[in-house]
Amino acid sequence: MADNKHEVHGYYTGDIHNQFVEEHYDPKNRSVIWRTFWILLAITLAEVGIAFTGISREVLIVIFITLTIVKAYFIVAYFMHLKHETYTLVYSIILPFVLIVYLIAMALCEGNYTHLWDHVPFL
Amino acid sequence: MSAEATQTQENSSKSIWGGGRSPYNVSWGKMYMWFFLVSDAFTFSSLLTAYGFMRHRFTEVWPKAQEVFTHFPFVEGHLPLAYVGLMTFILIMSSVTMVLAVDAGHRRNNKAVALWMFFTIIGGFTFVGSQAWEWYHFIEGTEKGALIMPNGDHYRFSEGVHGAPKDALIAPNHSFVTDPVQIAKIEKEARVVHGANLTENEYGHPLFGDFFFFITGFHGFHVFSGVVINIIIYLNILGGVYTRRGHYEQVEKVGLYWHFVDLVWVFVFTFFYLI
Repeated sequence: MADNKHEVHGYYTGDIHNQFVEEHYDPKNRSVIWRTFWILLAITLAEVGIAFTGISREVLIVIFITLTIVKAYFIVAYFMHLKHETYTLVYSIILPFVLIVYLIAMALCEGNYTHLWDHVPFL
Repeated sequence: MSAEATQTQENSSKSIWGGGRSPYNVSWGKMYMWFFLVSDAFTFSSLLTAYGFMRHRFTEVWPKAQEVFTHFPFVEGHLPLAYVGLMTFILIMSSVTMVLAVDAGHRRNNKAVALWMFFTIIGGFTFVGSQAWEWYHFIEGTEKGALIMPNGDHYRFSEGVHGAPKDALIAPNHSFVTDPVQIAKIEKEARVVHGANLTENEYGHPLFGDFFFFITGFHGFHVFSGVVINIIIYLNILGGVYTRRGHYEQVEKVGLYWHFVDLVWVFVFTFFYLI
């Protein structure tokens, strides 16, 4: 951006604020899209494939959750384009999910006490 | 307001909070779509966490999804996970056509946007239809059904279950009942249940059915509303609304929603069908 006459591609939003928004258009985008598609397809096939192998359940769960997070990364980063957004926006979107990590941690702790429900008739 | 706007460096090098441009480099509409998706993701995360919690509580009597969803259209036999794998593929594919529509929008190519949008709508309808088919089979259940004792204990017939002895019953703890006398006793006392609804479930604990209907139903409703919104945007594209407006941000916004639906399905697929 050192060039003073550098031109930025984008548009005015046309809403009440009518702010200028930069667009990141790149002719290579389409090959990135198809590469992402093949990665997602390969991971899904691998998941269905290893579901029927003799790998122990504990290991399978770890593999499945890891692969799911990898898939989620590719969808959010490339399809939803979050990788090319400003850091302020990225962090505003990603950081709240710390609360979900907390929720899962709490559910895992609480899950050890569910045997106390055994005397509750409707459960 | 020019259609294809450009801005000189002089203007954009001001402090990003200096006004005249969006500091987040998104319009408020797109930003609020993102924050809506964050809140929606919270809803789905809570549902899936609740699913995991209850599943942990009833591990011994929880059905295995691989034994429940084994049907494939027009194919006889036992094909676990095949159909749901295909559904995942359809949804990923429609996500790809959507992102290609957005890309065509960056090139201001109205015809290409309309074409890719059309394929996205087709993919969405196919997915909703597949889900309806899956629900139908889950609600209908098997021909023989399962036996439920007065105390709620649940016995399934071993027929068609991989690795089970013939003419046996599968007890709630997944062990096999092979003694004919005992089987006759169970069959006399028990009530036959076909398929699943909100209160009983042929395949195992009723909560499995409840979570299945609630989570895939909530997701399916998202897909359905996504298809409706996509159709509205498609009609706008055909009417030349975005050509006149000069940018295809509306397609990007509905695209974000559509990818989110795909993203949620990735998690539902893992936690409901694989694990």
